[in-house]
Amino acid sequence: MDSALLIHRLHFAFTVTFHYLFPQLTMGLAPLIVVLKTLGLRRNDEKYNQAARFWARIFGINFVLGVVTGIPMEFQFGTNWSHFSRFAGGVIGQTLGMEGMFAFFLESAFLGLFLYGEKRLSPRAHWWSAVAVFLGSWLSGFFIVATDAWMQHPVGYIKAADGSVQLSSFWALVLNPWAWWQYAHNMSGAVITGAFVMASVGAFYLLWGKFVEFGRIFVRTGVAAGLIFSVLQLFPTGDGQGRLIAQNQPVTLAAMEALFATQPGAPLVLVGQPNVDEKKIDNPLIIPNALSFLTYRAWTAEVKGLNEFPQDQWPTSIALLYYSYHIMVGLGTVFIAIMVVAAFLLWRGKLFESRWILWALLLALPFPYIANTAGWITAEIGRQPWLVYSLMRTADGYSKTVSAGNGMFTLLGFMGMYTVLAILFLFLVRREIEHGPEEGQAAERLPKGSLTRVELEPAALAGASHRRED
Amino acid sequence: METVWFMIVAVMVAAYVVLDGFDLGAGVIYLAATKTADERRRIMRAIGPVWDGNEVWLLAAGGTLYFAFPLLYASSFSGFYLPLMMVLWLLMLRGIGIELRSHMHNPVWVGFFDVIFSVSSVLLCIFFGAALGNVVRGVPLRPDQYFFEPLWTNFRVGTDNGILDWYTVLTGVIALVTLTTHGSLYVAVKTEDELNGRARRVAQWLWPVQLLLTVAGLIATVAIRPGVLDNYKHHAGGFAIPVLVFGALAVMMHGMIKRTDKMAFVASGVYIVGMLVGAAFALYPVVLPASTDPTLNLTIYNTAAGAHGLTVGLVWWSLGMVLALGYFFFLFRMFRGKVRLEGEGY
Repeated sequence: MDSALLIHRLHFAFTVTFHYLFPQLTMGLAPLIVVLKTLGLRRNDEKYNQAARFWARIFGINFVLGVVTGIPMEFQFGTNWSHFSRFAGGVIGQTLGMEGMFAFFLESAFLGLFLYGEKRLSPRAHWWSAVAVFLGSWLSGFFIVATDAWMQHPVGYIKAADGSVQLSSFWALVLNPWAWWQYAHNMSGAVITGAFVMASVGAFYLLWGKFVEFGRIFVRTGVAAGLIFSVLQLFPTGDGQGRLIAQNQPVTLAAMEALFATQPGAPLVLVGQPNVDEKKIDNPLIIPNALSFLTYRAWTAEVKGLNEFPQDQWPTSIALLYYSYHIMVGLGTVFIAIMVVAAFLLWRGKLFESRWILWALLLALPFPYIANTAGWITAEIGRQPWLVYSLMRTADGYSKTVSAGNGMFTLLGFMGMYTVLAILFLFLVRREIEHGPEEGQAAERLPKGSLTRVELEPAALAGASHRRED
Repeated sequence: METVWFMIVAVMVAAYVVLDGFDLGAGVIYLAATKTADERRRIMRAIGPVWDGNEVWLLAAGGTLYFAFPLLYASSFSGFYLPLMMVLWLLMLRGIGIELRSHMHNPVWVGFFDVIFSVSSVLLCIFFGAALGNVVRGVPLRPDQYFFEPLWTNFRVGTDNGILDWYTVLTGVIALVTLTTHGSLYVAVKTEDELNGRARRVAQWLWPVQLLLTVAGLIATVAIRPGVLDNYKHHAGGFAIPVLVFGALAVMMHGMIKRTDKMAFVASGVYIVGMLVGAAFALYPVVLPASTDPTLNLTIYNTAAGAHGLTVGLVWWSLGMVLALGYFFFLFRMFRGKVRLEGEGY
């Protein structure tokens, strides 16, 4: 493999994987914060407002990291993937441009009001600012997914004389069926992250025996949302996405399942390691006929294997594709199991005493992140060797003028920078969680920064004034 | 249609420089012009609620550029690879400097982020100025419409260009001084007492430097690229732009002497817009000149997206712009007036 190509792929893969750790929580937490604020308004209960403010503080830290790691993504289309941009900019410039105009302005303007403006705004106006931030983050998600969906399933374009593609139908681009299934699947995945994070922090408080009242609110909200969206993640969104792949990218499906040879009544591999050299699965654990049923709703249907396709059209990393897909699906199944049990216990009124399931919720924290990441790796590695499916190969898309050495230099730079950012993020969030949502000891924590605002009582202000030296 | 999008992108870039310019300028004087921690917090509070929204103009301008002139985006971003990556790192550092410093009151923590914030602001001003200098001077475009510039070569303005040469260093310094004045005046507008006076004095001291550099910049530009006068020769109305620039400088001084900081700050914004519009007017319809061979120039015509896309874009862009202006009007109204240290804030 050409080493400049490899470096540019790693460059994008590393920066986008790190970046997406943050927006998934932003997009997942935003609707849950709206739910908490709605409960606060409806029930006129200050507890819910405090809970919303606690999550807004974590949201704020998370959002900053999402913003600063997001800017390089837009830049890299030009810096590292200039041949791709020149080829496809006439089409995907539409969705990327709209993201800036509709989502970024909305988010950035209302984030300030949402995080700093609670005192200046009426409760209802502040609720609207939370809704605006929620809408902005979800719009942003849509335009990015629509861009990726066009690369997976190009529609609404014509080939121009200079070899580039240009927009021919705006509505075909925006209403790309791939975009809508992928968006539904992706956003549901984001809410799963938000729900698990909320439930996990709640479980932590309950097990710790501190901030117990908030722990219950968090676990209840997290489990309710987690159950709904874990199920939606499998059906209909995951199923719909899967069938689009079966119809439009059959070679990708075969590689995801490591199905080397075409067969009727194809089995579903639960566990096993693909041995690409010998074209078989080592140590397989299978469900006979299940793949045929899931793909075509018929137990004996024939599913095309990799042998049907020329090798230069196979995804370039079959093993990674197979594992990321299986990790995603396996974890998705575990999420449903945990949430069904937790929801059942919640319904029976036993959840808060069942320490073992609280432990499960607590320890589940990293897994939605892994599942979401694995899902994106499945989508992006599955599209290989194409950068734009069937139109442009990845090997033709990178910046030929940027040498491997220059790419390596900035890749290492990003690795260093992101290590520092990760440490800062974990440090600050851990601190917020330990302080907890209770606002009684507000004076202890003053003066907080922009994004970790607490409501100040005059007495608390006086108590805190001596700490104002920063 | 290409001309319309050229103007739109130019206006968005100008909006970014005027808006985020005062955040950057405030960052430049942040350590030098403050004596106490309280004063530093006042500056933070002045830019805190708006800096992120201001920075979005850069992203939106970038998105619009990508959409309207994909080839220009592809060619220039890959050609300016190294400095752009450094700009990204600096933007990240600036962002976390502002947002994370107030999460802890430990003086070591705060001091660390203070320095990060201020140093990255200084460097960003210089980088942006050097970037503009590169676009005016031209880059070594090849027949395939790509190029790659190392950070420096021999510091001469020739065909073997680096990002930095004597001309782009000059434009970097012009940008630094301009944005420092701009940011100082913003701080003066937003603060009271001693800090207000000190910020205004910084701007007053820098004013003669800015005047001198403006003249030097104009002379240098005409010297290295006589073609910049062509559009002015054909459309004498263009000479209104330099008149506007020097007029704005005069009003700035007048505002500072009269201590009407708002007037001086607005004049500084007009000066910046004038300088950028003047450069755009001189370049049009070229968007990236070739230092090697003028027939290789990238223009709005050979870099634009397809006609259908540009027409469709005008619809959603207008809608998005109206919405964005609405948000900003609302936001700046919410945070208008002098900053106070009580209550919520940075």
